[in-house]
Amino acid sequence: MTEPHAPVNGPIAAAVLSAGLGCSLLGVLAVAADGSKSLASALTFYRPTGPLSGVTTSALVFWLLCWTLAAARWKNKSVAFGKVTAFSFAFLALGLLLTFPPVGDLFLGR
Amino acid sequence: MELTYREIVTALHGMLFGGFFLMALFGAFILLLEQSNPDFCGSDAGPRAPSRWQTIYLIAMVVLGWAAVLTGAYFVYPWYRAIAPPGADLALYPQRLLISQPHTAGWHRLGMEWKEHVAWIAPMSATMVAWVMIKHRTAWNASCQVRNAVLGFAAAAFLAAAIAGGWGAMINKQAPVHGGNTVTLMGSGQ
Repeated sequence: MTEPHAPVNGPIAAAVLSAGLGCSLLGVLAVAADGSKSLASALTFYRPTGPLSGVTTSALVFWLLCWTLAAARWKNKSVAFGKVTAFSFAFLALGLLLTFPPVGDLFLGR
Repeated sequence: MELTYREIVTALHGMLFGGFFLMALFGAFILLLEQSNPDFCGSDAGPRAPSRWQTIYLIAMVVLGWAAVLTGAYFVYPWYRAIAPPGADLALYPQRLLISQPHTAGWHRLGMEWKEHVAWIAPMSATMVAWVMIKHRTAWNASCQVRNAVLGFAAAAFLAAAIAGGWGAMINKQAPVHGGNTVTLMGSGQ
């Protein structure tokens, strides 16, 4: 769709893409920590909460880091928003899928 | 009429923070749908900034979402997953109680393991949605692509919060989190 007078969309693209990336890392780490005792131990940042503390904290830090870096890089730019959205939704879908235990178990061969 | 400390915190986590977050997300989704009329894409018809109440609403929604996942992960979940000492009453150890019986193990192995992770997708997505709606309303007005992207993430946030909230409510019915000091809410009169 042609969108005349489209303003700078870089900061929005950065926010959307980083949200997708953060969600996907959450799913990946959830499965990885479930499949590896050593990784689960490394991700136990707070013992009472267990590996969930590290999985979520790492995903949040990654999300905010991606957002900060992408926002700085695309601050005054207009990017191909359709492509960014497509990748963001793919990452989001990956995150949602991987948090579903039967899908994670498939990857772990259970 | 009494509640234990853990029951009160669990209720705050699920009913106050989680429940209101879910309702707020639904409201935000309707707001987004209402303002996503494709006829107005590329026009200057929409407001250039959110109203004061919209801003307060969106910020409150995000705060509720983070409060829900943080109280869940750092207060309720440690009580839920605590290791029971030998011979302990499993009623005080919900995870152990659930996995002790094959017919209840699924509440943990599917329900809690899904809920504890998927829940975090909701506040992450909701934060992005609120930030775009508050800070970039002009770009939102101008672009259907921006509107669709934000709407998609709002839908995902609602889905994730609904999954987490639904499982949380059901798991707490099967194996409630108990314990801690007892708080008397109202005297029995006897």
